[in-house]
Amino acid sequence: MEVEPEAKKKMAELEAMLKADWRSIPHALIIFEPATSRYYYTGTWRTFRPVTDHEKCIRCALCWVYCPEGAVRQVEDGAYEADLRYCKGCGICAAECPVKAIEMVKEE
Amino acid sequence: MARRIAVKDSEAVALAVKLANVDVIAAYPITPQTHIVEVLSQMVADGELDAEYINVESEHSAMSACVGASAAGARCFTATAGQGLALMHEILFIAAGNRLPIVMAVANRCLSPNLNIWGDQSDVMASRDCGWILVFAENAQEIFDLTLTAFRIGEDERVLLPVMVNFDGFTSTHVVEWLDLPEEEQVRKFLPAHRKAKYRLDPEHPATFGAIGFPEIQFELKRSWEHALVESKKVVKEVWEEFGRIFGRRYDLIDAYQMEDAETAFLIMGGSSGTCRAAVDKLRREGFKVGLLKLRLYRPFPKEELLEAIKNLKNLIVVDKHICFGGLGGPLFNDMRSLLYDANLNLNLTGFIAGIGGRDIRVKDFEKMVEKTVKGEVPPGKYAFMVRGDFE
Repeated sequence: MEVEPEAKKKMAELEAMLKADWRSIPHALIIFEPATSRYYYTGTWRTFRPVTDHEKCIRCALCWVYCPEGAVRQVEDGAYEADLRYCKGCGICAAECPVKAIEMVKEE
Repeated sequence: MARRIAVKDSEAVALAVKLANVDVIAAYPITPQTHIVEVLSQMVADGELDAEYINVESEHSAMSACVGASAAGARCFTATAGQGLALMHEILFIAAGNRLPIVMAVANRCLSPNLNIWGDQSDVMASRDCGWILVFAENAQEIFDLTLTAFRIGEDERVLLPVMVNFDGFTSTHVVEWLDLPEEEQVRKFLPAHRKAKYRLDPEHPATFGAIGFPEIQFELKRSWEHALVESKKVVKEVWEEFGRIFGRRYDLIDAYQMEDAETAFLIMGGSSGTCRAAVDKLRREGFKVGLLKLRLYRPFPKEELLEAIKNLKNLIVVDKHICFGGLGGPLFNDMRSLLYDANLNLNLTGFIAGIGGRDIRVKDFEKMVEKTVKGEVPPGKYAFMVRGDFE
């Protein structure tokens, strides 16, 4: 999986905090930077990953609507794909796709 | 100059809150609520107090509204009692863990069943471990003063914790007592008109309060919270001393009465200490060297000060108005027995559970506690229930 440089930096900061003494943690663990949770890749424990067939995809966006994790995004050619950094592999998108354009492929 | 007036103790709380110039009051106005928030809502409606009064749908929501408002930097107040405090329970932790200096007045009342809204300390004791600063007051003046100081203590940057001001339901809240009401000008010398919140929700500078705490970090959060609570004792002392210099009423963590040469002393919290003082006077007239320690700060527990206060005693009688079901006696008795474990004091400790569900603790009941302790009928280290004036 591709890791953004910014995420690497944030993860290193987090790692440092997790090793630090309790006296040096941020006050009440308040996070003063918005949208940092995107650097936390939650899709690391999938069993199956959704793979979209761009030829079959009719761009209806139902997978985007149904994804419980908000992990589906539109890519350059207009088709929809799961963002594998956050996708848990639940398969709801594949089940809901009206043209069966999404295949669940076992992660190796 | 202060003005001496006669008020119900509940009104004394409302007057302190008004003088504290709070920004937000959130409260649920049904039983077991007291007239504290009724008086405040009237003040807001009459334009005497410029605050947001949020009439919520439950105590759970009252505390939740205070959490949100306090996180946004507001000075917040709510009041509750008995079942209301129990319904807030979950959010009490949220308030303290997010280090929000909310002030709450709690008229201590018995928890159901059976339906009983009279006084005892089962409500606060069930919420004892929520990480709040817990103080106990006895009469209108003390309730007023401790409420005012609670804002200063909680908002201090070295503390940043909510403060619960406890006093007896009914026997305090519904009685009329005199109160020296200070002028606003004098109060402003002690408490600034507005809270300066170092950490707050601000759309210009986004922040996340209370995010997920994985096992790798949650313990550190709780450890630092516990540290802040323990360390707050210094600030409580400091603020109460400063209050004394400005208003002429001194408050210590423990109030000692007739303790100079006392051989036997009571340790008690809240309004029953008034009756206990009368019992001490009576016993003194009869020649018994008895004293009273009224504990004002319960959490953080003032260990050093308590050990200092009891070091010359022969007998210490701890009076609890709560049953730790299935446990080892009342909560204060448990604290003291723990404290004495390695204190190396030659002291007989006895505990009495009394005054449950609004049952009076009378002068003669306190006398009987002394008798049972001195005669060894309640042996050292043991506790007894005082039901129907007798012991078991």
